[in-house]
Amino acid sequence: MIESAGLPPVVQATALVGVVFVQAVALYVGYGVLERIVSPLIDRVANASA
Amino acid sequence: MELLGLSPALLALFVSFGFMVGVLFGFFGMGGSFLITPTLLILGYPAPVAIGSGLAFYFGTSVIAVLKHYDVGQVDYRLGAVLFVVLSIGIELGSRLVFGLEALGVAELVTGVAYVVLLAGIGLLFLRRAYRLEDAEDGDDGVSDEEIPPIARKIQSYEVAPMLSLSSGGRASLWTILGSGGGVGLVSGLIGVGGGFIRMPAIYYLIGTPLTAAVGTSLFAGLFSGAFGTFTYGMSGGVDLTVVSLLLVGSALGARIGSAATAIVEEDDVIVYFGIMMLLASAGIGLSELANWLGVGSLDALSVVLLVGSSFAVASIILYQVLASSKKAETDTQSATDSRG
Repeated sequence: MIESAGLPPVVQATALVGVVFVQAVALYVGYGVLERIVSPLIDRVANASA
Repeated sequence: MELLGLSPALLALFVSFGFMVGVLFGFFGMGGSFLITPTLLILGYPAPVAIGSGLAFYFGTSVIAVLKHYDVGQVDYRLGAVLFVVLSIGIELGSRLVFGLEALGVAELVTGVAYVVLLAGIGLLFLRRAYRLEDAEDGDDGVSDEEIPPIARKIQSYEVAPMLSLSSGGRASLWTILGSGGGVGLVSGLIGVGGGFIRMPAIYYLIGTPLTAAVGTSLFAGLFSGAFGTFTYGMSGGVDLTVVSLLLVGSALGARIGSAATAIVEEDDVIVYFGIMMLLASAGIGLSELANWLGVGSLDALSVVLLVGSSFAVASIILYQVLASSKKAETDTQSATDSRG
C-alpha cells in the first residue's frame, strides 16, 4: 500500500491503481524498447561468431 | 540487509517467480494471478494482502495484455459495461466476505481450500485437453468463432425481463448477466483471481455472445474490474505494492518471451506438464493447510517447493524447447548452406 498517512484511504487507493497502471505501461514500453535495441545486437554477435 | 523492506532472497524470488509465471501465461494465454495469491499465502502473507496483491497483479497484467493487442478486439461495450458493474459488486461482496472471515480467523483456511479445489480443477481440465489432443486427428472442432453455443441459445430462449440486446443480435436476460457476472466477481473478490478463465466461458456459454466478442468483452470488463478490485483492497491497505511491482517486473518480461514461444513451441507438447503443474500446486496448498493444522514447519517448506518449483520446472521446459528449436533451426540453415556450397 502507498504509505501516505495524511491522505484519506480513497485517495491512497486511487493512487495505488494509478501507480500499478503507470508501472504496467512503463514496463510494456520499456521492455519493447529494450527488445528493439538488444535484438540487432544479438544478431550481430551471432553473425560475427558464425 | 533489506531492500524495499524485503530480504534479497525474497526480492529475487518475486522477480524470478513473476518471470516464470509470465512465461507460462504468455504461452498459455492466461493472467496467472491464480498462482500469485496462493504463493503469498504460503509465504505467510495475511489472506486480505495475498488476495489484494493478486488482484493488483492481475490488473497490471491486464493493462499489458490490452496494450499488446492495441485494443481488446471485438467488444460488446454495453454488455461489458453491465458486466463491469456486476463484477465490481461481486468483488466488493467477496472482499467483505474475506474481511469477515479474517475477523473470524478462518480467511486463510477458506482461501486455501478454495485454491486446492480451483487449481486441481484447472489441472484436470488441462490433462483432459491433453488426452483429447492425443486422440483427435486434428485440433479443429468444427465450431465457428461467430457461432453461439446451443446451451447459450437455450438459456436465451427463456425471456425473463428485463432483456439486454447484444451486439451480436441476440438478447440476454439481465438476470443471467447478474448471476454469471456476480458469481465470477464474487470468486475474484474472495480468492483474488482475475477470473478470466471462468469469465470468458461464462460470457460465451451462459450469456451467449460469439467467441470473438466473448474474448474481447471479457478482457474489457476484466481490466476495469481488476482496477476496481485493486481499489477495493487498496482502501483497507490490503495490497503490497512492493511485491506487486517486483512480480510485474518479472512477469512483463516473461510474458513477452512466453508469447513469442508460441510461434516456436507446440502447445500440445507442453500442455500435459501444465496440467501436472496445476495438480502439484494444488497439492502444495493442501500440504500448507495441513502444515498449519499440524504445526509442522517442514511440510510448509515442501509446499513452497511444490507450488513454486513446479511453475519453474514447466516454464524451464518451455524455455528449453525454445532454445532447442532455435538451435535445430540454426543447424538446419547451416547444413542447407553447406550443401549448397
